Amino acid sequence: MPDGAAPVLDVRGLKTVFRTRGGEIHAVNSVSFHLRPGELLGVVGESGSGKSVTMMSLIGLLPSPPAEVRAGEVLLGGRDLLKLQPRELQEVRGAKVGFVFQDPMTSLNPVFTVGNQIMEPLMKHMGMSKAQAETRAAELLALVGIPDAKKRLKSYPHQFSGGMRQRVMIAIALACDPDVLIADEPTTALDVTIQAQIIELVKELRQKLGMAIVWITHDLGVIAGIADRVMVMYGGQVVEQAPVRELFSNPQHPYTRALLKTVPSLTGERAARLEVIQGQPPILAGEPVACPFRARCAHAFDRCHAENPLRRAIDGRPVGQGHDVACHWSAGGAHG
Amino acid sequence: MADGAMKSPLVQVRGLKMHFPIHAGLLRRKVGAVKAVDGVSFDIFEGETLGLVGESGCGKSTVGRALLRLYELTEGSVVIDGEDIATLAPDALRKKRPTMQMVFQDPQASLNPRMTVAAIIGEPLDEHTGWDAAKKTARVYELMDQVGLNRRFANRYPHEFSGGQRQRIGIARALALNPKFIVCDEPIAALDVSIQAQVVNLLEDLQDRLGLTYLFISHDLSMVRHIADRVAVMYLGQIAELSPREALYARPLHPYAEALLSAVPEPDPTMESRRQRIILKGDVPSPANPPKGCNFCTRCPKVMAVCREVEPRLAEVEPGRFVACHLFDNNAGGQASPGAEVREHNQQGEQR
Repeated sequence: MPDGAAPVLDVRGLKTVFRTRGGEIHAVNSVSFHLRPGELLGVVGESGSGKSVTMMSLIGLLPSPPAEVRAGEVLLGGRDLLKLQPRELQEVRGAKVGFVFQDPMTSLNPVFTVGNQIMEPLMKHMGMSKAQAETRAAELLALVGIPDAKKRLKSYPHQFSGGMRQRVMIAIALACDPDVLIADEPTTALDVTIQAQIIELVKELRQKLGMAIVWITHDLGVIAGIADRVMVMYGGQVVEQAPVRELFSNPQHPYTRALLKTVPSLTGERAARLEVIQGQPPILAGEPVACPFRARCAHAFDRCHAENPLRRAIDGRPVGQGHDVACHWSAGGAHG
Repeated sequence: MADGAMKSPLVQVRGLKMHFPIHAGLLRRKVGAVKAVDGVSFDIFEGETLGLVGESGCGKSTVGRALLRLYELTEGSVVIDGEDIATLAPDALRKKRPTMQMVFQDPQASLNPRMTVAAIIGEPLDEHTGWDAAKKTARVYELMDQVGLNRRFANRYPHEFSGGQRQRIGIARALALNPKFIVCDEPIAALDVSIQAQVVNLLEDLQDRLGLTYLFISHDLSMVRHIADRVAVMYLGQIAELSPREALYARPLHPYAEALLSAVPEPDPTMESRRQRIILKGDVPSPANPPKGCNFCTRCPKVMAVCREVEPRLAEVEPGRFVACHLFDNNAGGQASPGAEVREHNQQGEQR
């Protein structure tokens, strides 16, 4: 992955707001990131951190109202997706951007056969005939490791196990050879041995097809195993971003540091007590005016309560290229 | 209780079977059974935490529920504190309930949305004690202090709390009657990573302070390593391996336990890139129609001819380590059951 390669996806200053009766919820606040060709970007965060909403905003999957993408640019192949008409956007979804959701049970339509659902984007976006689409659908099923693919096209989702359904979802997402695959917690609903199968599959497909992937998860272990670069989100913002090894060996943001410590290890020293992040995640009402992590942060000082920190590079490279962090405390270098 | 000062078993489970009938056809005749739990035996010692791990559908939650007789057992006995609760008459069972309690997975679904926190935590007291209101309120406050809930919140409703706080309410309710034994059924699965540690620490503190005994059911193997003293790995309704925590995680003996542990991703990129995973092929067979012989034979990377014919028994193959696998037939000295005499040698042990 040469640093110079033009990004396939470039998101700048994305802001998404939900209008509710209780006021505005600022779910995504000035999120910027990019994705280079063939790269796997891991997005980590707890529920409510804005990671899914960010990705859904990109391709207009959020119902509006209540959601409103208020600012930002989403550049994919030179076009700003936020400026497209609904019909044009439909062309992008499925064809240019593939999406794999968390729950394979609810994201497949139970009344259509699996073959039907894989063939739909092929006929719609690629202009294939039914026969062509059927051949391609069988190839795709075989590609994601479903045995006896031709016969299984006629099966319904309920006839597949959870892991198999997630393979079908991946086949649908890959159908039109997208530039970008967005996987939103694709293994969270699966058992660990099945999760291992799916992760192996994605690694294999990346080598074969070379697409860029955004992988959203709350599981730091999964990220450590597959990501090239990691973006940590908290309270609707990117709080830290770094190459995967750098992030795990040299975490800067107090939230990242704490998060890495709260997860018990499978090997290595067993701590007598788990480290705890006190308190609760923030409610994102109103425009952010201070650091979202301030209430739970052990290092918070006056400035954290008065000013929302901007992302700042710590290794001299431009923000987004190397290691950057949004924190007054770690930017001050006070911790050595 | 890793100090070797093992006390007597508080819970003794022998040959526990929990079969759910399948009815089909016009007359809804019984055509088969889902063998959710099929012959499980283990002990839980006083003051220890036994971890029960396995994938969804392996029967771990059913074991937890059967232990408290939330189901009528198909077969087997569950002796808790000297009494077999499988055969207790309803009256006697009701008197027994205060000693054994449960913390559920989903704190949202297991708390009545129309009851205040004080009413939820106090309900076991209404049912099982004849205390007056003042005494009950005092106890509710005491419980709220114990689990780290602010007393001022006593008159609020569950929806006003976050997931972690709701789980604290569930724990307080379980503690109300001073139980000896608590089944924790995936108590942290529905919580965020940063909240999980808070709840686990609370459970550990309470155990130290009140001398509780836990059955900790979870699919999170890293967390079970943290909290459990011994760990039982279940597969398709049976125990594949039951070992002390350190021994299991350092060197799992049963091929399924080995594969399961190798599948858990570690938050360490350097280690992840070096790691050799055992990727199991295929899915778990249906518990309505388990394979002949060893129930893991369809996916086992070390399967032998005998595995497809003869069902292995859980036997002690090393001191304190019980494994149900034909690979260890020579170690086990025939077919022993938990508690039987132990043979000294083992094939893989010492060199590593």
